[in-house]
Order: sequence, then structure tokens, then C-alpha cells
Amino acid sequence: MPRLRNLGRGWILTASIVVFVVFRTVWSGHWNFPLDRATLTPFHTWLGSLMDSVDANRTSNPLMANIVEVLRTAISNFVTMLQQLISEPAPNASYPFIGWLGVIAIVGWVVYATANWRVALLAMVGFYAFGALGFWTESMDTLALVIASVVIALLIGIPLGVLAGLFPRVEQVLTPFLDFAQVMPTFVYLMPVALFFLIGPASATIVTLIYAVPPALRITAVAIREVPIVTVEAGTSLGTTRWQLLRKVQLPQAKRTIVVGVNQTIMAALSMVTIAALIDAPGLGQVVVSSLQKLDVGTSFQAGLAIVVMAIVLDRATTAAAERVERESTGHESRRQWRRPLLAVGFVGVLIAVYLSHTYLVAAQFQGEGSIGVPIANATQTAADWVQLHWGAATSAYTDWVSTWFLNPLQNALVNAPWFVTAAVVLVWACTFGGRRLALVAAGLIAVLVGTGLWSDSMVTLAATFFAAAITVIIGVLLGAWMGRSTIVDRIVRPVLDAGQVLPAFVYLVPFLGLFGATRFTAILAAVVYAAPASVKLIADGVRGVPETIREAAVSAGASTWQQIVKVELPTARHAIALATNQGLIYVLAMVVVGGLVGAGGLGYLVVAGFAQSSLRGKGMAAGLAIVVLGILIDRITQAASRPRERAEIGATH
Amino acid sequence: MTTSISVRDLWKVYGPNPERIVGSPDALLSRSELRRKTGCTAAVRDVSFDVAEGEVFVVMGLSGSGKSTLVRCMTRLVEPTAGSVSIQGEDILHADASRLREIRRSKFSMVFQHFGLLPHRRVVDNVAFGLEINGMRRDQRHARAQEVIELVGLQGYEQAYPAQLSGGMQQRVGLARALASDPAVMFFDEPFSALDPLIRRDMQTEVIRLHNEVGKTMVFITHDIHEALRLGDRIAIMRDGGIVQVGTPEELIAQPADDYVANFVLDFPKSHVLTLRWIARPATSDDELRGPELPATMVVRDAARTILDAAGPVRVVDGGQLIGVVSTEEVLAVIAGVHA
Repeated sequence: MPRLRNLGRGWILTASIVVFVVFRTVWSGHWNFPLDRATLTPFHTWLGSLMDSVDANRTSNPLMANIVEVLRTAISNFVTMLQQLISEPAPNASYPFIGWLGVIAIVGWVVYATANWRVALLAMVGFYAFGALGFWTESMDTLALVIASVVIALLIGIPLGVLAGLFPRVEQVLTPFLDFAQVMPTFVYLMPVALFFLIGPASATIVTLIYAVPPALRITAVAIREVPIVTVEAGTSLGTTRWQLLRKVQLPQAKRTIVVGVNQTIMAALSMVTIAALIDAPGLGQVVVSSLQKLDVGTSFQAGLAIVVMAIVLDRATTAAAERVERESTGHESRRQWRRPLLAVGFVGVLIAVYLSHTYLVAAQFQGEGSIGVPIANATQTAADWVQLHWGAATSAYTDWVSTWFLNPLQNALVNAPWFVTAAVVLVWACTFGGRRLALVAAGLIAVLVGTGLWSDSMVTLAATFFAAAITVIIGVLLGAWMGRSTIVDRIVRPVLDAGQVLPAFVYLVPFLGLFGATRFTAILAAVVYAAPASVKLIADGVRGVPETIREAAVSAGASTWQQIVKVELPTARHAIALATNQGLIYVLAMVVVGGLVGAGGLGYLVVAGFAQSSLRGKGMAAGLAIVVLGILIDRITQAASRPRERAEIGATH
Repeated sequence: MTTSISVRDLWKVYGPNPERIVGSPDALLSRSELRRKTGCTAAVRDVSFDVAEGEVFVVMGLSGSGKSTLVRCMTRLVEPTAGSVSIQGEDILHADASRLREIRRSKFSMVFQHFGLLPHRRVVDNVAFGLEINGMRRDQRHARAQEVIELVGLQGYEQAYPAQLSGGMQQRVGLARALASDPAVMFFDEPFSALDPLIRRDMQTEVIRLHNEVGKTMVFITHDIHEALRLGDRIAIMRDGGIVQVGTPEELIAQPADDYVANFVLDFPKSHVLTLRWIARPATSDDELRGPELPATMVVRDAARTILDAAGPVRVVDGGQLIGVVSTEEVLAVIAGVHA
């Protein structure tokens, strides 16, 4: 009796909210673990001393000395080598081995060889722009880190991905780790990694690997599995060895998708390398972080622009390379006669440019550094000041209104309620959506959350996350339904969303900082902008996927456009909406904590404070743990809720 | 005629502990009962047959009848649960991995429903693929590929990529690839099902022509009774994993083993397949045995004119022996679709 069951579920959720409101009013401010920003619990102190002991035993502990330190040195040397090549001078030199002219020539040649001349031109102009924006060295530092991370990520991700694609058992073993790495907000593993690998390029590379290996691995596995079974059978029936089958049948056909994976890996790496500035990764991210902390909108915009340019260049170049691989491998690319000689001539040109840039100052040191960047920064700062001055009243009236009516009530409700009341509601929901098993998992996670001593801060973060996710989903439904119904709207909006997803999360803080200053709104709006593209696309695809016959049936029954959307399309696409909610929450959580940098409170602030003050290290670490717990809790419950009803019910009955 | 392929007591059971089913009383259960009782599905159940050297042996069945699994068991793309398969006197199921590769490279080859061409290789390299993995030198394998490309009528398309060819042309590449290693046996897994009817007919003609030219033993899987009757020297009809009947096209039409087979052949013009042997009746004293004499192996369609023109019954002889007579009524009965 599905109808009764549905009713039951809705009823339970409503009832649990009513009970929550009643108890939180009666017991407001009791058993809710308030904690001062500077106060430490014994757990925090213990974590801090644990970290101190890791520091102290760096050279004496055999595990640390033989594995961690060796790894750190190796990665560090690799990055340093790349840096000395393009960004930082070697100790005995005054300029990096290859100057700006050489780098731009190499970039142009490589992009032309792997993609086409148009994108090569774009790449060269983009690289020139790094210098003109005033950040040649910082850009090259970022690039060196991206290259190092991507090379290592692919060396790990592709072979493991091939194995996972070939052997389901390998995939089963790897999946939980990949899930965990992707759900965990990037922000939180900075500190633990930095603890073991010290701040600097090595840690930056490792945190980037955690973030960038999963897409490389997953996409490679999919690519291998997607190879049509009939070609595998054909190969086998002709007597291939396993190795021949992989090399001659599976890999060539998987190549195109693997190149898409390389693109994803590069974009993930760029995103993470900028955030890794918090643990002293060199490059553009540092400029953004320091200017964000100084609330210097002009400079952060200037550096943010350089990051955007790099994102666009890297994305376009790898996408075009993927398209080229596709066309070439199925004979749709006519191989032009003059391409090969041109590449040879170009290679000589590159060698000359590299030689010049190694030898002559003009070609080594970027000329006219900041020639367009400084004016841009000044103009932005002026604009931001003007907005603050003239619109300040309007924006603060708006933020006050939202605070009074939405954000504060939500936050007060969560912060002031006794912890066990909130926990009981979470458990009821977990049980309703995912059965007793999920409720048990949730209970364990809540216990850890209470144990961190940061219940109150967690609730602040949770309130901001709920609020931002709600806006994200509303935008997703409105824009997604529109895009799903109209091909023209889809064609216009989708590229914007795609571009939005490519940009490193960090960049989104910049414009909102200009508008709202250092408030939690900056963090919330940045989170919405960061999370919206994924939600919108999921819902648009869901609405688009509504079978034409269902739509026609509704129209022929005389449904108005509004009725079609509300009664047919959105309900049919409800699985996509549920998924969009799940993704929205995860993305938002990741970004809301980054907002700790610009004045948002809660867990994110504690993590940032932990970076800044060594006395708060333990607390920052505990905050990181709390974020992870919140992330897993939100992910598990919303995933269970978004699963098709029948399966969830089977789960709920035993 | 020597035996090329011999299949004995072959089983393929999917599900938990499939080995326990074979030889147990459960093996006698019907497919759905077996599934309900044990959770196992018998895709191929207790199949035995022989294929003679140079014969075209067709396995016919609807989807889900186990025919594709059967051919995959014979080539060990799927591991059978029990039974034996020997090809050219060699036990396939006991070959170790390297011997199996050896057999696949030299003794048999396979043509697939969805072609299974490698999209990143040109036609010539697709055709030469089997030779390449066998370590043949590039110029040699290209020379051999050129021969078979001409044999299947693909000359001029050597440098094209599969995506640039029509479905029929792609399957010619599949055929050429299977012929390239000059195998003794060729397996066809519904090779023409994905093609439209006219092309399908062309390709059937092509297979008949190739069979006449190269004379390979062929095992041909299809769900199309017309294709089966057109190509097969003998046909095995499969249902629910087992073989219902094996026989020549003539035998299937004249003596279907059960209603299932009879239903299959119902629409097929019997006069095209049946020979006089099947419709001859014993001569009675009333018959005047002065009319023309026809061989027992002549199909009804070809004999019809003579019989209808004759004044009395026509004598049917087999090797000089009179086996009966045929008159207008018997011929009309066959042509009108009512079996006398």
C-alpha cells in the first residue's frame, strides 16, 4: 500500500519537526554545549598535544623518518625542479631556467600539437595575460604545482582505474575511499596533511592528490568498462592474451574518455592548488588568501582573474585535445599534409625561444608586468568602495531582513535546542529514509560530533548550510525546469554553468566580498554560486528526461503549462531533484566552511583559526573532524532519501 | 564425411553453485521450476550434436532460448558448467589458457551480431588484427588481409574506418576478419540480425558463395527461420536451453518433432523445401504407371509443372527403385499449405 506508506513518511517528518520546535522552545538554551571561541575542551588539548608530539618526533619515529619524510622530500624535489624550470630561480641563478618567452612558446606548440591552432592562440594570449595582470611568477608557481600534482595523480589514477575497470573486486575495495575523498570538504584535510608533511609544496601536492586522483581513477574505470563487450569478445575469440586485449582493444577505445578524465583531474588540481595556499602553497592562491584576509577586493579580484584565465586555458586546451583524439581515432580528422612540417618548424622556433629566454633578460623577465592588472585592481577597488558607500545601506537592509526572518530563526533553533532533541530528530529521519542500519550509523556520527565538543559551532555551520542549500535547490528547480523545457534557454545557460563549475571555489568569494563585506552572507552567497551549477544541471537533465509520452498525455488531458510543470514534470523528475539536493548540500558545506576566511563563523572559522594560532591547533583539528562528520551525515541521509521509494521501504521494514 | 565438431551433454547453468544441478534430479525440472527451486537458470541444458566437416549447421531459436550462450560455450567465451566440446578432434574445454589462445588463433573464428570492429583501426588493420596478435609481420599480414578483403568484396575500402561504412559493409569486415586466419571452423552469432532485410539477403547469398568457395565448417546462430532454412545443411531448433529437434530443412518441415517446431515452419513455403520423397504415396492397382518418372530428391516446386501436366500419377524413383507415385492432389496439398 504505497499511498499509506507515503502518508506515513510525510507525517513522521512533519511530526518530528513539530516535536523539535516544542522542545526547543521549552528547553531553549539548555544542554546545548555553548563554547567560547578561545575555550578548549580536554579533547582539543589532547589533539593539540598529539600534534605537538608528531612534530617533535619527525626525525626519531621510524615511520615518520623512513616513509613520510622520504615521500615529502621526493615530492618537494619534484616541485622544486619544476619551479626552477619556469618560476623560481635556482639557488645559483637569478632567473628561472626558462623565461616567459620560452614558456609561452612551449605552451603554444604543445597545445597546437595536441589540440588545434585556435586554442593554441588562446593559450598563448592567456599566458601573456598572467604577466600583464601582474602575476607571472605566481602563475608559474601555480602551474608548476598543477603539473606536479597532475603527473602524480595520473600515474596513480590511470593504472588503478584500469584495474578497477577490469576487476570489479578492485573497484569494490576502492569505492569507499573514493566516496570519502569526494564527500569530504577539501578544506578539512589541509591540516592533517600539513601536520605530517609540513606546510609548503609537498603538502600542497598531497592534498591536491587526494582531491584529483578520484576523478582520474573513476573516469578511467568507466572508460574501460564502457568498451563494448562485443569488441572484447571479438578480440578474445581471435586469441588475444590479456595484455594484448588491454593494449590493442580496450585502451585505444577508452582513450577518449580517459582524456576527459585528464581534463577533470587538471581542473580539480587547479581548484585545490589555490586552496592549498592556506598551507603555504606558493602561487596565485596565496595572493587571493592574503588579500581576502586584508579585505583588499582590488588585488583579490586581480589575482582571481588570473586564476580564471588559467582555468579557461587549461580547460579549453584539454577539451580540444579530447575532441582531437576522438576525431583522429575514428578517421573523421583528415590528416593535413602541412601539419607535420609545421610542427617541426615550430619545434625549432620553440627551441630558439627557450634559448633566448634563458639567455636574454628581456625574454626572461616579463616586460610590463601588471600593465593591465594594476588598472583593473584599482578600478575594481573603486567600484567596490562605491558599491559599499552607495549601496551599503541597501545591501545591509537586505541582509538584515534575511537575517531576521530566515537565517537567525534557523540558526537560533539549531543552536539553542538541547543536543539530544536535535539528535533524536536526525535519528528519526535516518530511520525513516534508510532504516535501522542508517540510524545506527547516524547515532555513531552524532556521538563523534558531541565528542568534538563543537556542537554549538556545528549547528551554526549547519544552519548556514541548510539556508544556502535551500536557495541552491530553489534556483535549481526554477532554472532547471526552465532549461529542461526550453532548448534555447538550455543552450544559453549551460555554457555559463559549465564555466562556473570549472572555476576554483575560492574565486567566488571575491565578488561577494565586494558586495557584502566580511559577513556570513559573503560565504553563503559564494556557496550558492559554487553549488548552483551542479544542482541546476541535474534538475534540467531530469526534466528533460521526462518521457515525451507522459508530457503529451498531460497536454492532451488539458493541463496548463503550470500544471504540466508542477503536476507532471517535477514529480517525474523528483529523483533528479533529490540528487540535486544531495549534491547541493555537499557543495555548499564545502564552501560555507571556506567562508571562515571572510568572517563567517562556525566550524570554518575554527579551522582557519587553527592555521593561524598554534594554541588553537587542536581545536581546529576537532573542527575539521566535525565538518567531516556533518558531511557524511548529510550525504548518507539525503542519499537514502533520494533512493527510489520501493528500495528504501524494503530497507525500512527489516 | 568426418566429424568436425562434437558437442556432448553440454550444460551452462547461471546462479549459486551451478555444478550441483547437473546430474541431480533437479536437472529434469523445467527452466522456471528450476529457477524457483534453486535460484539457478539453465541457459544451455544437456545439448549434444555433431557437425560434419564442411557442413553448415544452423542453431535456431527465439531470444532467451540459449543459442548465443551455446555458441559462446563452444568457443569458451563463456565457461560451460558441464559436458564436452571437441573441435577438429581437440577437447576445447580442457585446454589451458595458452592452448586455448592457440586454438582460437588457428582453428576457429567468430562473426558477431554487432560486428565487434575496433573503431580506431582502419579496415585493413581490423581484418589483419587476428594475424597481428599472432605475431605475423606487417607486410605479410597486410598481404593476407588484402586477399580476404577482395574475397568479401571490400576492395577500395581498405583505408576506411568502420564508422565510415554501412552496416552491411561493416559485417563484411567482420567476415573478412574471421576468414583471415584461414580457420577450419567459423562461428556466426546472429551476424545479420542487425541489418535491414535486403542487405540481410545479400549477406546470406555472400555466405553461401563463400561456403562454396572456401568450404569451411560453419556453425550459424539465428532467430530467423527463413535464414535457417536457406543456409542450413542441418538445423537444430532450441527452446528453453535444450534442443527440440535436429534435422535437414526437409525433415523439419515434413516431420516437425512437436507443435513448437511446426509453428515455426508453418509460414514457410513447403514446396520450396519438400522433395517428392515426402509426398509420394504407394501405388495402388488403380494407378496407371505409364506417366513420367521423377527422382525422389527433386523438390516439389520444380516437379509441379511436370506432375500437373501429366495425364496420370507420376512415378517417383530413388536409385532406380520405385518408391511411390505422386498425383495432382498431393502437389496441390503442399502448395496450398495443407500437408497431406
